[in-house]
Amino acid sequence: MIHYTATRLLSLTLSLVAASLVVFAVVEVIPGDPAAYMLGLNAAPEAVEALRDELGLTGSLAERYFSWAGGMLRGDFGTSFTYRVPVADLVAQRLWVSVPLAIFALVLSTLIALPVGMLAAARRGRATDYGIMGATQLGIAVPNFWFAMLLVVLLAITWPIFPAGGFPGWDAGFWPALKALTLPAVALALPQASILARVMRSALIETLGQDYIRTARAKGLTEGQAIRNHGMRNAMIPVLTIIGLQFSFLLAGAIIIEKVFFLPGLGLLIFQGITQRDLVVVESVVMLLVFAVILVTFLVDLAYAAVDPRLRHGR
Amino acid sequence: MRWPIQLLLGSALFAVFLIAALLSLIWTPYPVTELAIADKLSPPSADHWLGTDHLGRDMVSMLMAGARTSIAVALLAVGIGIALGVPLGLAAAARRGTLLDEVIMRGNDLVFAFPSLVIAILITAVFGPSAVNAILAIGIFNVPVFARVARGAALTVWPREFILAARVAGKGAALISAEHILPNIANLLVVQGTIQFSMGILAEAGLSYVGLGAQPPTPSWGRMLADAQTFFYAYPRLALLPGLCIVMTVLGLNLMGDGLRDFLDPRLRRAVR
Repeated sequence: MIHYTATRLLSLTLSLVAASLVVFAVVEVIPGDPAAYMLGLNAAPEAVEALRDELGLTGSLAERYFSWAGGMLRGDFGTSFTYRVPVADLVAQRLWVSVPLAIFALVLSTLIALPVGMLAAARRGRATDYGIMGATQLGIAVPNFWFAMLLVVLLAITWPIFPAGGFPGWDAGFWPALKALTLPAVALALPQASILARVMRSALIETLGQDYIRTARAKGLTEGQAIRNHGMRNAMIPVLTIIGLQFSFLLAGAIIIEKVFFLPGLGLLIFQGITQRDLVVVESVVMLLVFAVILVTFLVDLAYAAVDPRLRHGR
Repeated sequence: MRWPIQLLLGSALFAVFLIAALLSLIWTPYPVTELAIADKLSPPSADHWLGTDHLGRDMVSMLMAGARTSIAVALLAVGIGIALGVPLGLAAAARRGTLLDEVIMRGNDLVFAFPSLVIAILITAVFGPSAVNAILAIGIFNVPVFARVARGAALTVWPREFILAARVAGKGAALISAEHILPNIANLLVVQGTIQFSMGILAEAGLSYVGLGAQPPTPSWGRMLADAQTFFYAYPRLALLPGLCIVMTVLGLNLMGDGLRDFLDPRLRRAVR
């Protein structure tokens, strides 16, 4: 397990370095001088030069990369061109919206999908199964932001149970904040739950055909016991893969959903960054999202090994 | 051979939107760029079958042109994915276990860490928003998908006897990949292509909804939804129609994909999700 974890950790580090090089290179090719842009047309050349220095825009390509990457490692993401405050502070505020939203959606999606997928697998080939498969087929086809708009009209305007948008902040109390995140989380979760339920169903059906399930049944276990004790653990590998993949979709999806509900999360920050050409903000948030995806991939790899001991030695 | 009902249903559903998109190239009931503020928000009538939007544009015309944008963007993105991903996957399989294979596959993992929305954000930050960005962003996201499918499928073909025969005949890896491997994995690629096509429609809608895709006056379903958001309660038609178009197109393509998979080879049912 230690060897496996070390290998995965090395690949995590390499991925991060590679990803940071890509992000840095893309931002490097963007034309225009942010310092000149910030100070306007009539700025004195010395002032522009001083600001360039302050923003870390001077020095060779390699120097700038190392100062940027090194800064990120220390939690220093640079200074926003437009807000003139550390990007780390901006991001930290916004994370308190986006991360709870993504986790809320992931939990919802998993809680809905696993039982539904198991039910469909247990009733395979019958009306319940066809009903579930039809519903999930539809769920996959629905764009989450459109579903979000429908939810707002139904559950925030027609029947005002939830707020239609905005975020009171966690200071306003746990429940009001959670309530503001409920509709966005549901909108994010349902399409993902549809995919996950289908994966759960097919993975479980596949394991149910295996010899060890027949053996377990022959030993006198009921089908339910056989599924719980032997089927689930083996069906978890594909399910974990999809849950891991979904987290990156949820984080990216959260950016779009935040726009529907006017939630002050990373999405709003990044779109402001783009319109105001505040590249430090764009660069930092993108790097953070990519970091999250790579980290989740790493955690899923570790989870595989926990579920399937063969993988610890296989690779 | 029996045609699966899913394939027929899905093809029929998708055909409606494909025909609407193609028709919009030569004819729409009204020009989509024509604003008629006096006619704004008018309900469905003989003149405007589905009414007009907040700028007085004919909804039928907008939806037809929107189908064109969605389908064109998603199709080109699938094209990019296949054109770059399949050769990479075939090369990795032909040189399996070597440094080349490792480099290609780790490169894939790296691209995979950038969700298409994030790629779109980066491209937009450099070049500004446009439909071309959406095509590039979704297309780049498709590359590792096709590379993985092509590699995985090609690996199962390489040990077969007819490949050995081709090698004995003196054919090189590139020629074998093109002449013998590719035809044998084409089914899988077609099925995956359909899935990526439908995902591309959804991604395009999302990107144009947040303003990173097609720019006005080019109509797109995502853009229409963004415009309709403030009118949703008062004029639900404006937001329901483009949304339903997206759902129907994606549903049609997904059913087509499932049906094709069963139709082309029942044994492959488990190979692709």
